[in-house]
Amino acid sequence: MSVEAMYQEIILDHYREKHHSGLREPFGAQVHHVNPTCGDEVTLRVALAGDTVADVSYAGVGCSISQASTSVMADLVIGRSVADGLALHEEFTRLMHSRGAIEPDEDSLGDAIAFAGVSKFPARVKCALLGWSAFKDATAQALVSEQGES
Amino acid sequence: MPDLEALRDDFPILSRRIGEHPLVYLDSANTSQKPREVMDAIAAHYLEHNANVARAMHTLGGEATEAFEGARAAVAGFIGADRVEEVVFTKNASEALNLAAHSLGARLRPGDEIVVSVLEHHSNLVPWQLLAQRTGAVLRWFDIDAEGRLDLATAAVEGLINERTAIVSLAWVSNVLGTVNPVAAIAAEAHAHGAVVVVDGSQGVPQLPTRVAELGADLLAFTGHKMLGPTGIGVLWGRYDLLAELPPFLGGGEMIEVVTMAGSTFAPPPHRFEAGTPPIAQAVGLGAAVRYLERVGMEQVAAHEAAITGYALAGLATLPGVTVLGPQQAVERGGAIAFTVATAGGLEVHPHDVMQLLDSRGIAVRGGHHCARPLHDRLGLVASSRASGYLYTTRSEVDALVDGVAWVQDFFGRRS
Repeated sequence: MSVEAMYQEIILDHYREKHHSGLREPFGAQVHHVNPTCGDEVTLRVALAGDTVADVSYAGVGCSISQASTSVMADLVIGRSVADGLALHEEFTRLMHSRGAIEPDEDSLGDAIAFAGVSKFPARVKCALLGWSAFKDATAQALVSEQGES
Repeated sequence: MPDLEALRDDFPILSRRIGEHPLVYLDSANTSQKPREVMDAIAAHYLEHNANVARAMHTLGGEATEAFEGARAAVAGFIGADRVEEVVFTKNASEALNLAAHSLGARLRPGDEIVVSVLEHHSNLVPWQLLAQRTGAVLRWFDIDAEGRLDLATAAVEGLINERTAIVSLAWVSNVLGTVNPVAAIAAEAHAHGAVVVVDGSQGVPQLPTRVAELGADLLAFTGHKMLGPTGIGVLWGRYDLLAELPPFLGGGEMIEVVTMAGSTFAPPPHRFEAGTPPIAQAVGLGAAVRYLERVGMEQVAAHEAAITGYALAGLATLPGVTVLGPQQAVERGGAIAFTVATAGGLEVHPHDVMQLLDSRGIAVRGGHHCARPLHDRLGLVASSRASGYLYTTRSEVDALVDGVAWVQDFFGRRS
């Protein structure tokens, strides 16, 4: 497994130019997730409109894998249904824990298939999952607060 | 180093390959590699002399005790201790510093002051934070200046060390910046105010000739695994008269004099501070490590460290976008070189990415906060990359590092 295969061009592109970076209003919930061992951090907001993920925005610091993964995730989930977004989180998490054994599905995961190589570097899997876990957490909180308001 | 290639032959791991690349081990400030004779000494102990120490009276017990106490004597000689009984074996430097904090802490009163510095390793910070919380003492610290040296001027203006100062605990050599702190001068000032001086020698003792009397410390902590020895063994050296008046740290076997159900009296130093079966084979290994270092000569080790550090600083200085933290010249400077990496386009490359890419070329460096998060906060950083050599490090390894970092810059810089 070469390191070049892990650092796909798509990952470097997203790291150099993060999509949806910068915290935006309005939002239904905001979470802060960290990887204490490496100092990767992300503050992430989710805005829901009914059953749709209307917006995801974030501010993060960390390695290219964590930052690019968050950028790709935001691209993928914005505009989708909440159920689809959470299903993608599950599919991506499964891929990351596969140690390279799963052939990723480009139709559903899009640019996120570029992270398949990361699953062969166990120490970096948590980097790739940082933003996704924050998305899942924020979405769950936003759902609760929406229910409270309705 | 006169015959570096011959010396490297003593370290079997250095001929390993990482994938298709020869290993370039530049993480010695994290842990050093070990020469064969250290492994042989540990193996011989287990294969031929293994028994518990002190309490086993048979032949093997006597041999094990002699080997364990022989290692203590070797360490005492290595650091210029007045008495062998001044050397306490612990499991690592962290335990030695916790021992110091705990036993010195019995004397503290609310309002007493403990002085550390912002560049400390967590192991010389957290025990003092805990002690301050327990006793109501106040934790204060030296800041650093722009070069990464202790800001003595500001400390003097603020009266950092004063009549309330009870304990001053400082790193001899920074594990991030490489700074060699003026421990003796600060110790003299602390002593003038009646304070006890603790020195974290984890980076200093492996690299520099150590004479405890010249260092000015009352207590000195260091660890075996950073100076060619095994893991699981550390040292707290203390002035005998100070050790003799300190209460125990851990209670248990071997640290007692007389035990009754009503109470116990305690053994004199060093055994008062060595509860339970000690790390016997590890002490034997450390003894062998110390003898190895003495045979090479600590003056030689220090000279090599300075030369290789200077060479690495000069090499990294040729790379625009690479910023070395701490002193830029190998003057009053140890071997740890922490740095940040940016591409020609100004993109900061995260230390974990630097580490991963260098590892793919067989180059082992550390990426992270190096157990010195407050220092990184102070520098406005989350993390840094760190290269650190030792007596076996070659110039061609440093060349590989510099080439590797340039490649990392190019790798992340493409099309940016």
